[in-house]
Amino acid sequence: MDFLPFLLVQCLNALSQAALLFFLGVGLTLIFGIMRIVNFAHGTFYMLGAFLGYSAAHLSGSFWFALIAGPIIAGGVGAAFEIGLLRPLYRRGDSAFLMVTFGLTLVLGDITRLLWGVDPLQISLPNALGAIVFLFDEPFPTYRLFLAAAGIIVAVAIWQFLERTRLGLLIRATSQNAEMVHALGVNVNLVRSGIFGIGCGLAALGGVLAAPMVTASLGMAGNAIIDAFVIVIIGGMGSFLGSLLAAVLVAFVQVFGTYYFPDFALAAMYLLMLLVLMIRPGGLLGKEI
Amino acid sequence: MLRIENLNTHYGPSHILQGVDLQIPAGKIYAVLGRNGVGKTTTVRSIMGLVRPSSGRILLDGHDIAGWAPHRIARAGVAYVPEGRLIFPDLTVLENIRVGERHPARIWTMGRLLELFPSLRERSSNRGWQLSGGEQQMLAIARALVSDPRAVLLDEPSQGLAPLVVRELAEVIKRLCAEGVTILLIEQNMKLAEAVADELHIMVKGRIVYRAPPAVFRADEEAIRGRYLTV
Repeated sequence: MDFLPFLLVQCLNALSQAALLFFLGVGLTLIFGIMRIVNFAHGTFYMLGAFLGYSAAHLSGSFWFALIAGPIIAGGVGAAFEIGLLRPLYRRGDSAFLMVTFGLTLVLGDITRLLWGVDPLQISLPNALGAIVFLFDEPFPTYRLFLAAAGIIVAVAIWQFLERTRLGLLIRATSQNAEMVHALGVNVNLVRSGIFGIGCGLAALGGVLAAPMVTASLGMAGNAIIDAFVIVIIGGMGSFLGSLLAAVLVAFVQVFGTYYFPDFALAAMYLLMLLVLMIRPGGLLGKEI
Repeated sequence: MLRIENLNTHYGPSHILQGVDLQIPAGKIYAVLGRNGVGKTTTVRSIMGLVRPSSGRILLDGHDIAGWAPHRIARAGVAYVPEGRLIFPDLTVLENIRVGERHPARIWTMGRLLELFPSLRERSSNRGWQLSGGEQQMLAIARALVSDPRAVLLDEPSQGLAPLVVRELAEVIKRLCAEGVTILLIEQNMKLAEAVADELHIMVKGRIVYRAPPAVFRADEEAIRGRYLTV
């Protein structure tokens, strides 16, 4: 295979990987930006998305339905959790949030185990997505192209939502000064619940999209939360564009690292994080903390 | 219109407001003066619901709003221009105003605000952090007005502004008053307070200890200054 086609195929691979990382990281960073809390349960919502997606696809027979239902249900669970358990804690310190969101990972993990069992579950793809296309005479999974496209579409949609809608404006304002937004007559509690639900829903969307490739399993949560933290730290906590940039960077490092330095592939992501933190302690687009 | 009765507020164990009484008739400007740390800002924050008063009443047209959440108080018609302006640094001028625009303004429309503050019109797509102190202050006022408030709480608006800008600010405050907005003005700048207020109040240790119209105040200014205001 010539170099140029190889490069292109690897870039597409990296973009599809970036899409999954972006879905994970963007929700976490938006939640942090608004609430200044680290949502430990974020990876668990990713996992929950995969299982919900499995059931939705199984019951309805449609992967497309799963793609919509999974994130909405997971987002609803996230919003309900925020209203019921986080809201009473806003006057308390950060450690309370860590405890409660960590507790949620345990509870949701066990609920998932009870409902779906311990065996990994496979979501089957519609024929159009499960096919193989040939790029430069090399086979390439259509689904990876679909992932890359989904990532781009969702990134543009979130960006437009933040820039053009009233709720987007309030989210940006709240991340800069929540008390002032409250004093301007906006019910900040609703903004918080909304962003928590949206963030969890985005993680779940990543989960549904990842499930056909990696199967839905209980182990997803732990890996996902680490990836999500890395994305948020590299991109800068609270920065939407930062999470996008970080997802692309990490995906490229992972894909090309696996190819050229297979022995160090796992470390590559952390080396990148180390490098970024040495140069910009607040992350690429983050403010100094 | 805005009537505060025996308001007490604590921060932890410290008793900041110790029975504040203040009664502002509709359409008037009342100023509260006092040294640093006597409770002026706490008074405003208590009215706005940003700190919860421990006792006392805050009556807005007869309704007790003490202890309400800030967004409900804002929706009842009280607008807040905080100390230090606290505009949103990464939002543009227009976006800053839109945050306060919960429904389309009837009195203080965007067009009118930009006419009242020409400098904001020129900088409408600049970000908050790019503005000068005076422009930030005008923006903070515009952001408060766009909700068509009945009362505006102004906390040290002249802080850090050049004398010329303070004069401009005084004109704006008088203009609001002429439009029927009730104003509570917290100030260290006595000149500004004297220039615009219908009545001056002096706060010492969480209480209003003196009140008089500017003319009376001016007559025994030296004595009052020495007694209550100079450090």
